[in-house]
Amino acid sequence: MVKVIKSGFYSTIQDFGRIGYQHLGVPYSGVLDCYSASIANAILGNNKGAAVMEMTMVGVTLQFDCNTNICITGADMSPKINSNAIRLYKAIAIKAGDVLSFGKVNYGFRSYLAVSEGFKTEVVMKSRSMYKGVTNKFVLKENDELSISNAFFNNKKNAIIKVDRNYFTSKIIEVFKGPEFACLSKEQQKMMFSKIFTISKENNRMAYQLKESLANNLKPIITSSVLPGTVQLTPSGKLIILMKDCQTTGGYPRVLQLKESSVGILSQKFTGQSISFKLLEY
Amino acid sequence: MIFNLTYKPYGERSILVEWPQVINKKILYDVLAFKNKILKNDIELIIDINTAYNSLLITYKKIKTSFNTQVSILKETYSQENIYNKQIFKQWEIPVCYDVDFGVDLKTISLAKNTTKEFIIKQHSQAIYTVYFIGFLPGFLYLGGLHKALCFPRKETPKLQIEKGAVAIGGNQTGIYPSESPGGWNIIGNTPISFFNVTKNNACFAKPGDSIKFYSISLKKYHDIKSLVDAGVYQIKSEVVNG
Repeated sequence: MVKVIKSGFYSTIQDFGRIGYQHLGVPYSGVLDCYSASIANAILGNNKGAAVMEMTMVGVTLQFDCNTNICITGADMSPKINSNAIRLYKAIAIKAGDVLSFGKVNYGFRSYLAVSEGFKTEVVMKSRSMYKGVTNKFVLKENDELSISNAFFNNKKNAIIKVDRNYFTSKIIEVFKGPEFACLSKEQQKMMFSKIFTISKENNRMAYQLKESLANNLKPIITSSVLPGTVQLTPSGKLIILMKDCQTTGGYPRVLQLKESSVGILSQKFTGQSISFKLLEY
Repeated sequence: MIFNLTYKPYGERSILVEWPQVINKKILYDVLAFKNKILKNDIELIIDINTAYNSLLITYKKIKTSFNTQVSILKETYSQENIYNKQIFKQWEIPVCYDVDFGVDLKTISLAKNTTKEFIIKQHSQAIYTVYFIGFLPGFLYLGGLHKALCFPRKETPKLQIEKGAVAIGGNQTGIYPSESPGGWNIIGNTPISFFNVTKNNACFAKPGDSIKFYSISLKKYHDIKSLVDAGVYQIKSEVVNG
């Protein structure tokens, strides 16, 4: 068992999310940064889809009441066990009674915490990913108790992976043309790939809205399916990039579609940071 | 095969199939028949199929799925005869309490339209609505068939909290909020029926192609049904309308 002493800014349990329930209006959900989360599980020797904790901007404080191994990846939020700083991208042994806490954010926006065998929270529709209206708990709160397995330190799992800082600093978001890309004028298409965009304060697990506007006279479309990574162009000319908790359908033109790995890169960025789109061919 | 469909790549592992850009039942049933054929053919690598008014989104397991190969498989599937088209569609009877306690916007609509609340309730509960698809929120049905006289624009500023079960009108659509949510539609009543229940095998009883008929109930009846729903013993009235 792990007890949540402080819940951070927005912390949830996530795995790879729900697929096959979108016809019921259920969002995909799942870790935003699959790459970082997968490394954490790999270092511990967990199954790929083991549930991890996703922390946003501010880390949690947790108290463990059993032995386990942990691995932290993604954003560097200065993790500590008791009062000792610990490394990221490394398996760390935890003893019953240890307290894990986080401090200053050095880079990135979302940090992932994996534990041996993953968090054993409620499974709904084949996933432990928290989402309001689907799982009972949708965001971690103080005094929550999360079930984990008791595990002893396995020193075979002592690999350290060097962090590629480029992953956190690159401004390039790779995209494909979206279903309505061809409806854009030549001028709009050019702007899309020459302009530098800024992430607005409207950014969360559902969507990232960009600050800049494009002149836009596209009509709404008849409501149709959307995907995480879809870039919508609103009537006011704003671009909205859908993330994993997005709705399953939408009525704004879908002008671009992020490469799946770019959703992870974008999820490590925060308000005020800039990005530019790079077009990939199908 | 009656429609000229377009096939577009959508991201690394989805294909979007589109019908002509109009909303009607002929297209809806063709979209559903195509989905059914894909399911019956059990096409390799397909992990999800999602339908909307005039589109089908097909998602594959692997990122490197050749678009052209998959499209030719899909085209062949679409051209197959509709031998599987024995889908059963149901009509569901949904109780709604149009009491002013729930129908907080009934007065606004009736004043703006220079009519009575009773007229709105009568028109709303007379029609038969077609379920086109589920989207927006888990268990939110996109319904077609709202009477022209009841069309009413969405609110300029959405309300932060609309109650679960709220029956509402937004533009030329009517719908039921399956869970508490922010929303910009005008509320005319509330249903005690649950449209999304993760503890059930089939989380939403209605599916695209089914239809919905509302009927007016009193506040007392609302609470009676609500307790049965909460106890998990309420049976929603339904009949098979075609097969």
